[in-house]
Amino acid sequence: MKRIFERIIEFALIVCGTITTLVILLMVIFLFKEGTGFFRNSMVEKGYALCVQEENPVDELTSAQIKQIFDYEIENWNELGGNNEAITPFRLEEIFNRYPEEEWGENYELLPGKLEEIINETPGIIAFLPVQYLPKAKILHDEHLLPDDFFAGSEWIPTATPAPQFGLLPLLMGTLWVSFFAILIALPLGLGVAIYLSELAGARMRQFLKPAIELLAGIPSVVYGFFGLVVLVPLLQKSLHLPVGETALAGSLILAVMALPTIITLAEDAMRNTPQAIREASLGLGANHWQTIYRVVIPYSISGISAAVVLGIGRAIGETMAVLMVTGNAAVIPHSLFDPVRTIPATIAAELGEAPAGGAHYQALFLLGCILFIITMLISITAEFISKRQPNGLG
Amino acid sequence: MLETKEIHFYYGAFHALKNISMTMDDHTVTAFIGPSGCGKSTFLRLFNRMNDLIPDTHLTGQCLIEGQDIYQKTVDVTTLRKKVGMVFQKPNPFPKSIFENVAYGLRVDGIKDKNFIRQRVEESLKGAALWEEVKDQLKKPAFELSGGQQQRLCIARALAIEPSVILMDEPASALDPISTSKIEDLIHSLKEKYTIVIVTHNMQQAARVSNKTGFFMLGELIEFNDTKKIFLSPEKEATQNYITGRFG
Repeated sequence: MKRIFERIIEFALIVCGTITTLVILLMVIFLFKEGTGFFRNSMVEKGYALCVQEENPVDELTSAQIKQIFDYEIENWNELGGNNEAITPFRLEEIFNRYPEEEWGENYELLPGKLEEIINETPGIIAFLPVQYLPKAKILHDEHLLPDDFFAGSEWIPTATPAPQFGLLPLLMGTLWVSFFAILIALPLGLGVAIYLSELAGARMRQFLKPAIELLAGIPSVVYGFFGLVVLVPLLQKSLHLPVGETALAGSLILAVMALPTIITLAEDAMRNTPQAIREASLGLGANHWQTIYRVVIPYSISGISAAVVLGIGRAIGETMAVLMVTGNAAVIPHSLFDPVRTIPATIAAELGEAPAGGAHYQALFLLGCILFIITMLISITAEFISKRQPNGLG
Repeated sequence: MLETKEIHFYYGAFHALKNISMTMDDHTVTAFIGPSGCGKSTFLRLFNRMNDLIPDTHLTGQCLIEGQDIYQKTVDVTTLRKKVGMVFQKPNPFPKSIFENVAYGLRVDGIKDKNFIRQRVEESLKGAALWEEVKDQLKKPAFELSGGQQQRLCIARALAIEPSVILMDEPASALDPISTSKIEDLIHSLKEKYTIVIVTHNMQQAARVSNKTGFFMLGELIEFNDTKKIFLSPEKEATQNYITGRFG
């Protein structure tokens, strides 16, 4: 009887383990499936095409070129390898200026004919048209989005027409920029507090401080963000005379505070794990307190301290809400700490709701998720690797 | 010469050492024996003020090294500890190379002269009878040595700062018999230059290595005399009972 009971429990545990593993695995597979689907999208918005005159020698354009044409940044076909002819971008709405609505036919069946007239009249035209009204004209070859467009793209404008821009660089730079400065602030502070707590603070001080710091880790990130938005952002704006207070600096400061508990707790644990015997050996050889700390305690616990730092970085890179609230969310490559930036997690959180499911924008967000996943996974692996390393004795 | 006068020591309210007065001569080996918790280690740790590290302790009485009370406010603890080396129960090398372990005391003392350090490391390792075994692998992490080698490394580390007194707190209790006998031989040869105080659980060890033996029980020094006398004809009944194994 007892054996059967044990068997059942054993079986239930195996099922739990398997289900959990499978769910996680499926989530990752889903993430990557949706993410890689991005490259099957075409450059031009779905359901539209670009038309030019039959005589135009240009066959295809890159996503960035299309965007520049419609932003009037490229104004002549010879910049694109074509004839010396001024470019006239044309959108369907502009047909109102030429033909009143009555002339389009009952079901717009006359529209393609009218469009053809317009295209024939305008030599340098490039027309952005819905596929159901396409006139008889040369249609530009519509490429799939290329890895280059994503990984080397320097603009993130997912709602641009006719060619949305999905450049990773501004978001990746934003993430790294904010995280880098967050760690730069949090590292000395965190290690300082950890050393203080582990080596200098009295028992009563530690009993009070340690739970207080651990409590910091439990505060929801939206509360940090709210604090940042209401207190920190106006403060930065006023004291540094910035046009906007929502900057990379604000994000870094908030992230630093959020990464501190991780760094302090783990580093302090590592240092307190230094055997008392080694400390006594050091003191017994006439070393003073400080010499013991930096010659013995820190070398002994260096792997734990490094793991603390790496996990702190992981926390900073993956953090969403607080950063979303205080960094201003401008998707541009940052040049200084006082620029607004947008991070990868903030982008996903802010845009997923408005991206049509299955579209290029939606899949681009999943691809961002994949990137973030890979970054944080690398960080976790590094932390795991470092913290498993024993003190190798070559300090 | 080490001397204590009416030492009382307390861990909080616990009276760990009761009125201990004794004198230990230079260039002798003094052993402390007694059951666990009798205060012999606490007493040993008085001489390099290691007990200062334990919070909520206090001491009355005098503890003199070469006539100077080491618990006076004017005494610098780090200077004192350079004069009084200590070897611990378990080998506790630093997470550094063999060389750096021995050089540690010199480095924290601010010595930069590389030749001097190298020479002193070699002398110390020879003094601890370890040189022949490690001379080709000084850069290796100390953790890769065997337990007995590590303990001799810890002795070498203590010798490098040229103390006049060496305190040993059960230095062989974590070692195998062969390593133990090496350490005991070492104690014999170190006696020439140093004053050695050793705490041990092992009565044969005390009989083998020491000139004088003190028997502690419940925080009191029951008997202190020549080792031969303690083991052959102790004056107190408690000592007799302990060394014959009737308790403890």
